[in-house]
Amino acid sequence: MRKKLVSIMIAGTMTAAMLAGCGGAAEAPAPAPAESAAPAAEAPAAETPAAETPAAEAAAPAGDEGKVLNVEVWNDEFINRVKDHYPGYEATSETAGKIGDVTVNWIITPTKDNAYQNNLDSVLPGNLDASADNKVDIFLVEADYALKYVDADVNVAMPLSDLGITDADLSKQYKYTKDVVTDATGALRGSSWQACSAGLIYNRAAAKEVLGSDDPAEVQKAVADWAAFNETAKKMADKGYKMTSTVNDTYRVYSNNVSAPWVQDDTIVIDDNIKKWVDDSKAMVDAKETTTADLWSDDWSKGFWEDGKVFCYFGPAWLINFSMHADDASSIAGKGGWGLVTGPQGFYWGGTWICAAQGTDNPTLVKDIILTMTTDDAVMEEIAVKDSDCVNNKEVLKKLASDTSFGNAILGGQNPYQMLADGAELVDMSNISIYDQGCNEEFQGAMKNYFAGNATYEEALDQFNKAVVEKYPELKTK
Amino acid sequence: MEKTKKGNMARLNRWGLIFLIPFTIAFVVFQLVPLVNTVYNSFFENYRSGLKQVGPNFIGLENYVSLLTGGDLILYFLNTMILWVMCFIPQIALSLLLSAWFTNPSLRLRGQRFFKTVIYLPNLIMASAFAMLFFTLFADSGPINNMLMQMGLISEPYSFLTHIWSVRGLVAFMNCLMWFGNTTILLMAGMMGIPADMYEAASVDGASPTQIFFRITMPLLKPIFIYVMITSLIGGLQLFDVPQILTNGTGDPVRSSMTLIMYLNKHLYSKNFGMAGALSVMLLILTGILSLIVFRVSASDAVKKVR
Repeated sequence: MRKKLVSIMIAGTMTAAMLAGCGGAAEAPAPAPAESAAPAAEAPAAETPAAETPAAEAAAPAGDEGKVLNVEVWNDEFINRVKDHYPGYEATSETAGKIGDVTVNWIITPTKDNAYQNNLDSVLPGNLDASADNKVDIFLVEADYALKYVDADVNVAMPLSDLGITDADLSKQYKYTKDVVTDATGALRGSSWQACSAGLIYNRAAAKEVLGSDDPAEVQKAVADWAAFNETAKKMADKGYKMTSTVNDTYRVYSNNVSAPWVQDDTIVIDDNIKKWVDDSKAMVDAKETTTADLWSDDWSKGFWEDGKVFCYFGPAWLINFSMHADDASSIAGKGGWGLVTGPQGFYWGGTWICAAQGTDNPTLVKDIILTMTTDDAVMEEIAVKDSDCVNNKEVLKKLASDTSFGNAILGGQNPYQMLADGAELVDMSNISIYDQGCNEEFQGAMKNYFAGNATYEEALDQFNKAVVEKYPELKTK
Repeated sequence: MEKTKKGNMARLNRWGLIFLIPFTIAFVVFQLVPLVNTVYNSFFENYRSGLKQVGPNFIGLENYVSLLTGGDLILYFLNTMILWVMCFIPQIALSLLLSAWFTNPSLRLRGQRFFKTVIYLPNLIMASAFAMLFFTLFADSGPINNMLMQMGLISEPYSFLTHIWSVRGLVAFMNCLMWFGNTTILLMAGMMGIPADMYEAASVDGASPTQIFFRITMPLLKPIFIYVMITSLIGGLQLFDVPQILTNGTGDPVRSSMTLIMYLNKHLYSKNFGMAGALSVMLLILTGILSLIVFRVSASDAVKKVR
């Protein structure tokens, strides 16, 4: 009898253990009824498009707001900015802190393999129904995919106007940083503290050897447009230098200056400037003036040292300050051997935008964080000085540009701010679409085959079209 | 008396059924339901564009039609088969040789245990880690290129990852390296099951080792050999992790190393369950057909005998 009991129990526990695995999915929505009374006011927000969302919630007094602020991030950049510059923030651990009596939870999901976006995709749509302490209040986005989340129909990011942030608050920001997070109806749904306008970062030693001068004005003449750039590439190749480390270095410069979006009437269109990138790059690869390595690969970054023999990289301030191995005394950056010029066309690279999640229960705090971290002159200047971010504030950049003490050691003492400020004015992001990230990635990947001689342009284009339709099944190709 | 026996049987049967519950539940929940679901899903248009959900709309066989008329499926199938053949032939040759040596008592190999462990070791490394390692080793400025250049064999780096046959070769080599230990052990088990007196009789009759191998070992090894071949074929059709990591998911150059499962994975970016479902169903049918062919061809004698 006892044996029987034991075996029943064993069989029972095994079955129960297996069923427990299936229970997970059912648990998630369970807490919803418990707090369904509270968010009754915001329920209609789910159906109504953003423009009409009642601002009632934003106006609610702070006392009634949630006690937990959940922030979705992909690294510790923003955590450190808040820790260093947001008044009243106390860090309690690496991934948690306190602002007054509100607990701040930093939810870090790395960007690798699209994990960050997959995470947002799974939590944001259900955010209105999540329990108060589990609601996402703030999430960060990058420009490449910002439109996906600020879309008016999707409505997962709150329009800043619903939070009570006005255009006047954002008047010192650069226009392109607003274009990136503006939805089709014209509503702004995010804000950034960075203006990542970028330029051509050149190797001073190579410039002296080949062009006879490393003065930015002289170098700019040699790369003023693509024709001049390609001429210079030939000269560099003759002296054993690669013009750029890889064809992907120049891609952003071309793709930021397109005349129309990637997709028109659900059809993928190759812009003239993109085609020009293909033609110019193919010529450069064939002449061994550049390679087809991937960005961030070892083959790409070897030019950060003199032995790599690379003339220039394209990038913004953060690339110069954080990626070029300035802490290694043997690198070119460590010796202050780089210079910065505008280059053939204006462009930007990177930047982090702060969005308020639709359904947040801390609207007042979220508003204050956005205002403080992206519009406050004093905080902006602090960030620029302490963290070397090129901040999204025209006044502050102007001040820094005229301050001679802001020479950058990596750039041999050159003050980059005037150039970066001018560049930020030039960037035009009115042609972005929600398909940009997928199209840009796949296009570079497919063309690599053309450059390497494994495919004709048509074959590579065909591969690109296939890959894009796999990613976005609703699109058509020509 | 008989009644109690029957009662005992029934009671024992009941226990048998109870013990079957865990497996049955696991099978239904984790295998049968997903399988039926996959087939069901394959008839729908169902994907996400950004955060917008499209469908599910019933579209009948449209997913299958667009897969078959696209023409790419054949290409990816051929890629997969090429990679499998490139990996399987050297692998089986190596495994047969090693297992013949290991099981041959007259050779009296020393340190067998040690070598058996060593050849199995590559299989313990995660395939993705292994692929990552090779990716770094064979990069343009990686150690292999450096070595070849210092030895004076090449004057400039050979970019292994942008040439069709070098990529395929690397994938096949990696898979071969990972699985030959496993295959060796399976074949050894088969060879050790062959009665020793057969070998003795053969050698008494004056057969050479080559004759013994081809006339005695191989025919008697056939059941195990077919098993190895079919499992390897199914594994080969599902080849994914190594080429995925090595080519960063692109199947470059020009999708020449894109396998069927990598293609399936491409549809998951847009959560295109309809298309992915259709592809999975076709893969299932394909695997069934191929296994049947292999079984028919290699086991033709056995089949005849049964008839």
